[in-house]
Amino acid sequence: MSAPATIPAESAPIRFRDTQIEMAHGAGGKASRRLVEGLFAPLLFGNATGPLGDAAHIDIGGAKVAITTDSFVVKPLTFPGGSIGELAVNGTVNDLAVSGAKAEALVVTYVLEAGLPTSLLEAEVRAMARAASAAGVRIAGGDTKVVEHGKADQMYITTSGIGRPLRGVTIDPSAVRPGDKVLLSGPIGDHGITILLARGELDLEADLRSDTRSVLPLVEALVNAAGPGIRWMRDPTRGGVATSLNELARDCGLGVVLLEDQIPVRDAVRGACELLGLDPLHIANEGQFLAVMAPEYADAAINALAMMPGGGEAQVIGEIREQPAGSVLVTTLYGGSRIIDMLVGDPLPRIC
Amino acid sequence: MRFVDEFREPELISKTAEEIRRLAGTKRHYRMMEVCGGHTHAIYRFGLKDILPENIELIHGPGCPVCVLPMGRIDDGLSVAQQPDVIFAAFGDMMRVPGTQGSPLEHKARGMDVRIVYSPSDALKLARLNPDKHVMFFAIGFETTAPSTALTLMRAKAEGIRNFSVFCNHVTIIPAIRAILDSPDMRLDAFIGPGHVSTVIGCRPYEWIAQNEHKPIVVSGFEPLDMLQSVVMLLHQLRKGEARVENQYKRVVPWEGNRAALRAMAEVFQLRPYFEWRGMGFISQSALRLRDSYAEWDAEQRFVIPGIRVTDPKAAQCGEVLKGVLKPHQCKLFGRECTPEHPIGALMVSSEGSCAAYFNYEHRKAMASSLSSIA
Amino acid sequence: MCLAIPGKIVEISSENRDCALVDVVGVRRKIDLGLLHDDMPVAGDWVLIHVGFAMSKISEHDATDQMNTLRALGEIDGAMQEVQGYGLEDVN
Repeated sequence: MSAPATIPAESAPIRFRDTQIEMAHGAGGKASRRLVEGLFAPLLFGNATGPLGDAAHIDIGGAKVAITTDSFVVKPLTFPGGSIGELAVNGTVNDLAVSGAKAEALVVTYVLEAGLPTSLLEAEVRAMARAASAAGVRIAGGDTKVVEHGKADQMYITTSGIGRPLRGVTIDPSAVRPGDKVLLSGPIGDHGITILLARGELDLEADLRSDTRSVLPLVEALVNAAGPGIRWMRDPTRGGVATSLNELARDCGLGVVLLEDQIPVRDAVRGACELLGLDPLHIANEGQFLAVMAPEYADAAINALAMMPGGGEAQVIGEIREQPAGSVLVTTLYGGSRIIDMLVGDPLPRIC
Repeated sequence: MRFVDEFREPELISKTAEEIRRLAGTKRHYRMMEVCGGHTHAIYRFGLKDILPENIELIHGPGCPVCVLPMGRIDDGLSVAQQPDVIFAAFGDMMRVPGTQGSPLEHKARGMDVRIVYSPSDALKLARLNPDKHVMFFAIGFETTAPSTALTLMRAKAEGIRNFSVFCNHVTIIPAIRAILDSPDMRLDAFIGPGHVSTVIGCRPYEWIAQNEHKPIVVSGFEPLDMLQSVVMLLHQLRKGEARVENQYKRVVPWEGNRAALRAMAEVFQLRPYFEWRGMGFISQSALRLRDSYAEWDAEQRFVIPGIRVTDPKAAQCGEVLKGVLKPHQCKLFGRECTPEHPIGALMVSSEGSCAAYFNYEHRKAMASSLSSIA
Repeated sequence: MCLAIPGKIVEISSENRDCALVDVVGVRRKIDLGLLHDDMPVAGDWVLIHVGFAMSKISEHDATDQMNTLRALGEIDGAMQEVQGYGLEDVN
């Protein structure tokens, strides 16, 4: 989360009523939002009332800069398709990308548990270096702390990224209009379900990998082909597509109407969700993004994405309408519909 | 997905919906109760209310095992788990259900060892893997789930696994249906029968509903086409003034039920003389407990259970909603003090509870359109 | 809680005939066949799975029957309208 810079109000009252922090507060859904809006925002962002975004675009003496930060506590550390280090790099690059900025440099903090095998740390750092190189971003510095055995579950990583706003695109939920199209870059649920299976607590196996990747090339292609038509973007991580779109619906005061049959979901993700009673729309993704486009740019957008490696499954999944204002509605081909809310609770803890 | 996608075919759904409209006509108002929470969930998930004509009213029944569990029983289960070296294992649906001191998840946040399992055998596996701990499985569910708990207990006994016990809250569906029909406020025309419970108990146990109460009942599957076809079958009977038990879910439900499953249940369980159902009071012969031959695996025998009855806040109208007398939004606390995020009654916590389903699917749609008409 | 889904048996364990591997659109899960002793399924059969146990075999025959009945709905309707057009009694 980021907000325009204002004078912080240390003595502001907080609106957060929960007496203790629960896992749900980190799940990316309603409880997380309560914590951010009710405690962090009043104390850190003062009277800023704008919507909270993935990255902050600030002006430093005339130079426009985008800045973001993210932390990673995923368990297990490695899983099919990636590891904590890759998530850290890609996650930060993606936060900047969907705010309309190109990541230039990252700084990294490692909190390490005493007793962590060096080989494990080395493997993670190599993975980060590889991911940074693949993403075209340099790691400019970092910090390390070590805590007692039992206090950091092997390792936690925080990354902060700084970048340059891309020309030709402005992210602004208030620019969203009825008739705008909602685009999704590819299949959802891969990351969250992969993590769940990798924990090995369930007797479930599937041929699934985390989708972790930098979406910057796709975003750049989108900006080049259809920049003026982009109203809003987000990477649906914890809480999934449903949470991101509910945030949009709230921020722009309009309705998001999705066509269930258009939403790309791999069979294995669908199967796992059916078996576990989960909804793919609430599952975390680490290599996808949502974009809201002015309708006349939607075709160009899909074509541009389709021509990029990894963009072949991009789809228009719905559109913006006046109703139901502030909510997300999922419709089926046969005329049924249901409202889908932000994630409530925490079905999948420690997934990113 | 096979045996799923075929039953969601849009064209067939439209066709069946048309047939329903033709049969339902416009003159008569039909009140059909779907007993089982899974059906309530399916109705909302697939937006079936949008497809049915206005003169068919679907009333939600009490077939949600989480919803009918009294708060005191949750406190009892959690009190066992508070003892050192006890692992509390339960299905995901139970994790956010509030006891008087908080839900299992909240207890976990305070340091209790609470684990989600997706099968009773997962709980037994935990016991095998943690010989120095005791695993207590908090069992809930109707006859669909009871056989699996029973079989797991038989295995525990056969293998001599002593660090395992079950806190049994299994309930049976027929007494619940009887309580509905005995309720003076209830006016129902027909029942959509529980499909998965029937894979175990078969279709015979419903015959008294047709013969004595003269209400048709169709045992139904859970896909959109299953439920719509069941409505067609009910309408045919109602138009002719018939009352029979029919099996729509033939591909899965045997008329005689699953004998092996019933044998497992009979081996391990016996009926409690009575049991409290949240919102419905005490119902006799409606719940299961472990037989004395399984006393060693019965959490209620191995541990001291407080057994304190917890009454629901007077304002909460869970009972009336459970019996279908009130619609969820007619409860005074609905949407205000009681929401899915801050549930007061269990009907709001479980995803199959009618209040949660109504809130998540209907209520928001209604709020959204009413807000816009103000704006 | 009533959540039960169809899965295809891929393999039955040779060490333990109650232990089977099912496939649900590419996701494989170990399940227990202990409740189907009266009519044990074999690899290739479809079963209904609930909390890790197979509850019942799925009859492809009955499923096809059901689909045919549903498809025929419109046809019966058409035939009905034709009959009604002749001015005969309302055939229920």
